[in-house]
Amino acid sequence: MDTPVATLEAQPAPPRELWGKLRRNTAVVIGGCLLALLAVGSLLAPWLSTIDPTLIDPVNRDLLPGASAEVMTFTGETIRHTYWMGSDSYGRDIHSRVLYGGRVSLIVGVTVAALSLFFGLITGLIAGYVRWLDGVVMRVMDGLMAIPGILLAIALVALWRASLLTVIVAITIPEIPRVVRLVRALVLSIREEPYVEAAISVGTSTPKLLYRHILPNTLAPLIVQGTYICAFAILVEAILSFLGVGLPTDVPTWGNIMAEGRLQFQQYPHNVLFPGLFLAVTVLAVNMLGDGLRDTLDPRFNKRGERAL
Amino acid sequence: MSAVLRIEQLSVRLPAGADRVHAIDKVSLEVPAGELLCLVGESGSGKSILASTVMGLLPGNIRANSGRVLLSGESLLDLAPERLRRLRGERMSMIFQEPMTALNPVMTCGAQIDELLVQHTRMSATERKARALQMLEHVRLPDPQRIHAAYPHQLSGGQRQRIMIAMALILKPALLIADEPTTALDVTTQAEILRLIRELQREEGTAVLFITHDFGVVAEIADRVGVLRLGELVESGPAAEILSHPAHPYTRMLLAAVPSLTARKAPLPETADRVLRTRGLSKVFRGGGWFRRAHLVRAADAVDIEVQRGETLGIVGESGSGKSTVARMLARLIEPSAGEIELDGQTTAGLRGSQARAFRRKIQIVFQDPYRSLNPRRTVGAAVAEGPLNFGATVSEAWKRAGELMDLVKLSPGALKRYPHEFSGGQRQRICIARALAVDPEVLIADEAVSALDVSVQAQILELLEDIQQRLHLTLVFITHDLRVAAQICNRIVVMQNGRVVEQGPVAQVFHRPRHEYTQTLLAAAPGRGFVFGNR
Repeated sequence: MDTPVATLEAQPAPPRELWGKLRRNTAVVIGGCLLALLAVGSLLAPWLSTIDPTLIDPVNRDLLPGASAEVMTFTGETIRHTYWMGSDSYGRDIHSRVLYGGRVSLIVGVTVAALSLFFGLITGLIAGYVRWLDGVVMRVMDGLMAIPGILLAIALVALWRASLLTVIVAITIPEIPRVVRLVRALVLSIREEPYVEAAISVGTSTPKLLYRHILPNTLAPLIVQGTYICAFAILVEAILSFLGVGLPTDVPTWGNIMAEGRLQFQQYPHNVLFPGLFLAVTVLAVNMLGDGLRDTLDPRFNKRGERAL
Repeated sequence: MSAVLRIEQLSVRLPAGADRVHAIDKVSLEVPAGELLCLVGESGSGKSILASTVMGLLPGNIRANSGRVLLSGESLLDLAPERLRRLRGERMSMIFQEPMTALNPVMTCGAQIDELLVQHTRMSATERKARALQMLEHVRLPDPQRIHAAYPHQLSGGQRQRIMIAMALILKPALLIADEPTTALDVTTQAEILRLIRELQREEGTAVLFITHDFGVVAEIADRVGVLRLGELVESGPAAEILSHPAHPYTRMLLAAVPSLTARKAPLPETADRVLRTRGLSKVFRGGGWFRRAHLVRAADAVDIEVQRGETLGIVGESGSGKSTVARMLARLIEPSAGEIELDGQTTAGLRGSQARAFRRKIQIVFQDPYRSLNPRRTVGAAVAEGPLNFGATVSEAWKRAGELMDLVKLSPGALKRYPHEFSGGQRQRICIARALAVDPEVLIADEAVSALDVSVQAQILELLEDIQQRLHLTLVFITHDLRVAAQICNRIVVMQNGRVVEQGPVAQVFHRPRHEYTQTLLAAAPGRGFVFGNR
């Protein structure tokens, strides 16, 4: 029998254990629950005592949170509606606008994260594995990284027109190089691992090698990076809307609502407060989820960021 | 009492969930002034924990729960942190395995020695500099002025270890703890460092607690020996006695597992056919980049070797000798810069695509590090079956083959469904051998395949390799820095230095009548060469 050798190297846990570990991690649980709540809230917005978020009603302008009033809907019926978060200077219901706005934020966050991970992963794998392409690809990436996201958004809006797609493209492009750099660095270290060389010597073809041996070992840090990108994208989308270069102003997004409320911020702070609060909580939840995932997926680092034995 | 270090009934508890309750279990030992005690044990024996306990450097979750540790009569376990800090350096000091990580890379060696003197003495700046230079000379470093101003990365591994020793001994401590101080060094450097430790210890009368896994080193320098096994001191006594008349079966087993330096095998008859041959095989690595000046490293330089079918050819040399580069060129993991490889009389130069793949299949390789040689995210079965699948086997054929191979390397077929982290180092190395054999190679290259293993496990893997070689009539190319292992398993030996082959021939001839100067140096540096270990 072999004597047991102490393993100093942390090994990734098999799937079932991983799930249990994730559930025991407070940051993952809290972040995940908050996000789930937000997602459910924005998906089920029509049934959560909301009215059409674009409904303008000059009579009910600048109502305070909790006020209730008669309102005529687009279909012509008059209903009694409670403005849980008050109304803005056009008489639109802020509660409805914030919930519907959550859709835009989550869509932008998830789509940008998914797109930049996808393109970044492919480019990074190529740059890291095909050495002669590396120099060229990375210089292009350096170029992309030099473009400020907001200026790019303004340029794209001027070129096409303000739309969800424009916003997503504008945020994704400067994000891709960061993913590429991460993936490339990971590939460069994984390709030197003896198990990769062993796979080469038993005749594994390059696509299989990338898919089976290199890709799975880059996933954990990538997922973590994805959550940070998601949080960043949600913030940038709000900033773009706020500056007026994001989605059209009639579309309810958190940035648009805040831009709208900015003028009357002194008298009616609730116009900015509620969307701001939702934005902050969403970004916090995504970041918590990311930190928790990092702690669980990369067991070499414990909560305080120390290297565990 | 003259014992500098005395340990009485010491027990150290491991945190819950570890593989055993106590890292150290009721260990008693003492080291008198001027004596060198070697503490020997395999990995997991608790020898490093013992050293950390004495130095007060245990991690927070591990605590000594009973017994006493006395340094010149002063009990160390319940000492205030400030007092302990004073004692470290002044009364006891420690040197580690990896001198690069123990030195601060952004400070010059001189500044690091100076810092120590500032903390513990009241010397003036000029006195400190003079003392540091004197100490550097004392540890036989050439040109102390230059070394004093040098950063750690500008020095060789041996020189860095000398700096560590200088720092450990500059305050003239009563006790020096050396934790595997030569394990990361080449044999010739190791021999020099061992000699240095021995000489300095004699001059200063320091008590030394020397931790090692290598019985060669023990035979070389120990006065007394303590054998640790899973936290228990199974045997201790004078070195000569323990090495020649071990009382405990575990000690006997360990000693029997140490390969002897005497050649064991004869070369195959001349008539055996040649399976592998290289002509002028060279590899030049280019450094630099787009804007920097290129610099060239000749890792292998016109290597000519021949391997007969069914033999074991050893390639030995120190780090940087090019032996691994040759192995990787043979396995086609890197392309040779020049020269050719001939397999079964067929040259491989210029092979592309499917032909290159067919060739690659015939030469397989097993690597040194059992922890990194298996993809942590794939099951053992997936790893072993990958080769056959790549060469057109069906899934059921490949897994059947994998099951047979588990049998061959003496693991249970149930292992196929498990992940690599569930296995020990020796078991993983068996899995790696099975993976290599799965594609029916003619030649198996073992690149330091047993160097990371404990001696007893090493002996088992060597036995397994010999068994497999005979059963499958396999040709082995065995790359190692360990001359003892080479003496045991090889028919013929190739000695490499700086990318060149300096000597080759039958193992008996190379080991007992070495012709090249470098081979002679290498053999003379092998620790414990004068000592005959357990004859297997």
